[in-house]
Amino acid sequence: MAWNEPGGNNQDPWGGNRNNNNGGPPDLDEALKNFQKKINSIFGGKKGGGNDSGGGNGISGSMIVVGLFVVALVYGAFGIYQLDEQKQAVVLRLGKFHSFVGAGLHWNPPLIDEVIQHNVTGERQYVAGGLMLTEDESIVEVPVTIQYNIADIKSFVLNVNDPVVSLQHASDSALRHVVGSTELNQVLSEGRGKIATEMRQRLQDYLDSYGTGINIVGVNLQEGKPPAAVKDAFDDVVKAKEDQERLKNQAQSYANGIVPEARGLAQRTIEEANAYRDQVIARAEGESERFNQLLFAYSQAPIVTRERLYIDAIESVMANSSKVLVDVEGGNNMMYLPLDKLTGQASSRSSLSGGANAGVTQDDIRQISDLVLEQLRQDQASRTRGAR
Amino acid sequence: MSTKSIVGIIVALIALLVVNAAVYVLPEYKKAVVLRFGKLQPVHPEVGLNFKMPFSDEVRFFDSRILTLDAPPENYFTVQNKRLVVDSYAKWRVSDAALYYTSTGGLEDIADRRLAVRISDGLRNEFGKRTLHEAVSGERDELMASLVVTINKTVGLELGVEVVDIRVKRIDLPDEVRNSVYDRMRAGREKEAREYRSKGKEQAEIIRADADRQRTVIEAEAYRDAELLRGEGDAKATNLYAAAYSKNPEFYSFVRSLQAYKTTFQNKGDIMLIDPDSDFFRYLKSSKGDTSPGLGQ
Repeated sequence: MAWNEPGGNNQDPWGGNRNNNNGGPPDLDEALKNFQKKINSIFGGKKGGGNDSGGGNGISGSMIVVGLFVVALVYGAFGIYQLDEQKQAVVLRLGKFHSFVGAGLHWNPPLIDEVIQHNVTGERQYVAGGLMLTEDESIVEVPVTIQYNIADIKSFVLNVNDPVVSLQHASDSALRHVVGSTELNQVLSEGRGKIATEMRQRLQDYLDSYGTGINIVGVNLQEGKPPAAVKDAFDDVVKAKEDQERLKNQAQSYANGIVPEARGLAQRTIEEANAYRDQVIARAEGESERFNQLLFAYSQAPIVTRERLYIDAIESVMANSSKVLVDVEGGNNMMYLPLDKLTGQASSRSSLSGGANAGVTQDDIRQISDLVLEQLRQDQASRTRGAR
Repeated sequence: MSTKSIVGIIVALIALLVVNAAVYVLPEYKKAVVLRFGKLQPVHPEVGLNFKMPFSDEVRFFDSRILTLDAPPENYFTVQNKRLVVDSYAKWRVSDAALYYTSTGGLEDIADRRLAVRISDGLRNEFGKRTLHEAVSGERDELMASLVVTINKTVGLELGVEVVDIRVKRIDLPDEVRNSVYDRMRAGREKEAREYRSKGKEQAEIIRADADRQRTVIEAEAYRDAELLRGEGDAKATNLYAAAYSKNPEFYSFVRSLQAYKTTFQNKGDIMLIDPDSDFFRYLKSSKGDTSPGLGQ
C-alpha cells in the first residue's frame, strides 16, 4: 500500500526525509510560521526596550536592517547541507527538475528548491522466495537474493511512488514466472543459472517499464528445495542414486575379484599342461633311450640277457608277495586253501591299523561287519560242502 | 515613526500571507486540481509555480507517479474448475486529475478498491479461460497484457486512471489440492528412486554376468590350450616310444611285461597260486631244469 495517508494530498512521501535527514527546506507553512515568530520576537524585544528607555525613536532603520539580516541568515542556514560520497540528490526548483547534486557541501535556497537525496552507489538487497509452482505443476521452494542499486536517481524519485516496493513485487512476479516456466528437475538441478539469468532480464524489463531507475546488479538463486512434506521422497531419490552406485561398485568388485583369479587359474592350467607335456616328452625320451640302450645291450647277448631280466623280475615279484605253491597235476582234489584266512589277515591288519586311529567311522564298522558276515557265510558253505 | 513602522510591518505581514495563499508550487511528481469554494475549476496547473485566488481556491494534490495496488490473494477457478489462490499487484497512475478527483475524491484507497474489483473480475475471466498449466507457465505475459488492455478501456473514462501493468505475484494451490500435488510428487520421486535402484541392479547383474562369462571363457580357453599342450606332449612321447620300441617289438613286450609284473605284485597281501611247473621253478624240481619247455620260446 502506498504510504500516503488518505486525504493527505499535501503530504508527500519525501516529506520526512526533507525535514529530518536532509536539512533541506522545511515545510512552507512551518517556515513561514518560524519567520513570523522571529519577526514578532524582534518586534516584541524592541517594544520592551522602547518602554524601558521611555519611547523615543526606538525603532530605527538600522534595526530593521539588522533584523532582516538575521532573518536572511537563518533562511540561508536552512539551505546548507552536505552529501556523503555514496549519495546523490535531485534538486527540484519550484517543483521542476533543476539539477543533480553530487557529494560535498551544498547550498540550495530553502522553500524554492526541494532537495531529494538517496544513496545511489550502495548495493541494496532484497530476499524473495517461498513456495511456488513449476511448469509440471509441482511445488518447489526457491529462495533468491536480488542485489540492486539506483542507476537513475531522477527516475527513482519522480516516476514511481515507491520504487523499492515495486522492486519487491516485480521480483516475486518475475521469479514465479520463470520458475513456472521451468520443470521441477531443472529448478532443483542444473537449471538454476538459467533461471537466474532469465529472472534478472525479466525483472529489469519490469522495472524499466515502470521507470524505477533501479539497476539489478545480480540475482542469486539459492538451491531450490522441495517442500518439507515431500522432502523424504526426494532424499530417497538421492539415496537410490547412491544405492545404484553401490550396487554397481559391488558388482564391479565381484568382477574385479573373479576375472583376475580366473586368469590366474587359467595360467595355472596352462602351466600344468606345459609341465605335463614336458614331463611326458622327457619321460618318453628317457624311457625310449633306456630301451634303446637296453636293446643294444640285449642284442649283444640276447639269450642270457633275456633269462636274467626274466629271473630278476620274477624274483622281485615273488619276494614282494605272498604265494602258495600248488602242484596241481600231482595234487589231490581235496586241497583246502584257507583263502578267507589269508584275506582275513589282510583285513584284520587293516582294521587294526584303523583302530589305531581314534575315530572309527560308522562306515568302517559297517564294512567290517559285512566282511565278517561274508566270511561266516563262506565258512558255512565250504563246511557243508566238505561234509558232503 | 514607531506606529508607522508597526503599521508597515503589519501590512508587510498581511501581504506575505496573501502571497502565501495565492501561490503554490506543483512538483513534478504531483498533479493538482483547483477547487473554488468546492467547485472544480477548469484549469490544468503546470509543474512549477502557480497562482490561485487566495482564500477562495483550494488546491488538491495527487501523486502523479506510478502507484501500486497490492490486492489481497483471491480465489479463481481455471477452465478445468481447479481452484487457485492468486496474489496479484497492479501498477497504475492518475491520468486525468479532474476525473480522478470526482470519481474517487482523490483518495488512493478508494481508487485502489475500485481498481481491485475490476482487476479481479478481469483475472477471473482470464483464468476461467485457461488451464492451470497455461496460467502458471508460458501464458502469463499474454494473460496480463490482454487484461491491461481490457481494463484500460474502461478505467480511463470512469476513474481517470491508467493501468500500467498487472502482474501475478503468486499462484498457490488450495491446501487440499496441494496435498494431492505432494502425493503426486512423492509418487514421481518413488518411481525415480525405484528406477535408480533397479538400474543399479541391472548394471550390477550385467557386470557380474560379464565377469562370469569372462571367467568361463578364460577357463575354457585355458583348458583348450592345456589340452593342446597335453596332446602335443602325448603325441611326441608316443612318437618317441614308437620309434624306440618298433626296433624290436617282441623284446619290448617282454621287458614291459616284466616291469608290469613287478608293479602289479607289490603288496604282501597279494596271493599267488603258483604251479611249480612254471618256468621260474624249473630248477626247483631238478638241477637240470629240463622239465620245462625251455627258454626263449
